[in-house]
Amino acid sequence: MPESIPTVALTTEKDVRIVEFTNSKILDEANIADIGNTLGSLIDEKAAPKLLLDFATVEHLSSAALGMLINVNNRIKQKNGQLRLANIKPQIFEVFVITKLNKLFRILPNRAEALASFNQM
Amino acid sequence: MGMSGSKSRGSGSSGDKKKRGSVVDTATTGLSLKFKIPSDFKHQHEVQNAILDEVIRRGFNSQSTFAIKLALEEAMINAVKHGNKLNPKKSVLIEAKISPTVAEIVIEDEGPGFDRKSVPDPTAEENLEKCSGRGILLMEAYMNSVKWTNGGRRVKMVKKNEADEHPR
Repeated sequence: MPESIPTVALTTEKDVRIVEFTNSKILDEANIADIGNTLGSLIDEKAAPKLLLDFATVEHLSSAALGMLINVNNRIKQKNGQLRLANIKPQIFEVFVITKLNKLFRILPNRAEALASFNQM
Repeated sequence: MGMSGSKSRGSGSSGDKKKRGSVVDTATTGLSLKFKIPSDFKHQHEVQNAILDEVIRRGFNSQSTFAIKLALEEAMINAVKHGNKLNPKKSVLIEAKISPTVAEIVIEDEGPGFDRKSVPDPTAEENLEKCSGRGILLMEAYMNSVKWTNGGRRVKMVKKNEADEHPR
């Protein structure tokens, strides 16, 4: 199932699902829907899902992509799961600041710190 | 100078399958790109790519290019999806004037229009978890000026090619 989806790459570290975007712009409607569906199926996998989104390759996004991320965040919260965002480039991080979504999401500088942050709760 | 780009969208070109946009080169004042497209994502992205190619060709710095790319995407989505509701019978008109120092983009749809003041603030605490409503905020944050006319059906955005400026 996951390997047939080209927009993200999935790995697992202990009980954390790590999602890496393989397309530099999560902007395209079709792309966003695709990513949303993939993340949705990861959330459905477990009772309290732990998801880490790695933004290392992301050079661009849009309000539609932000909407998708908020939806993912809401669904994870409903299931008492945890979501972390990591490796966000400064230009992209600024979009989170302008929209004040840096207050809504748990954003960590890198993957290691993001992984470590899951245990603190 | 002038039409030094190697793109096949010059006015005399017959290479394009269907000619939907027109390009008017006004050399010193900047290039004017005009498009009339049906309301779908494919045409939307073609237009965005054509305008961004020109922005880059005109030497806009990476920050200004990022800003234009973001605002253009939001404005085009507003026109195609929220304005024209993806109705293929409704068109979107786009005009972009790009000089080395400033980009002016006008986008007009055939939808019901909207009132800017009626759009709730997406950064308010109670709206932070809502999935939509951030496009306009981003346009206004990243462009130097954004103005709606014709009952909200027409938007004009201006971005200067300035170094090291930060969105407000």
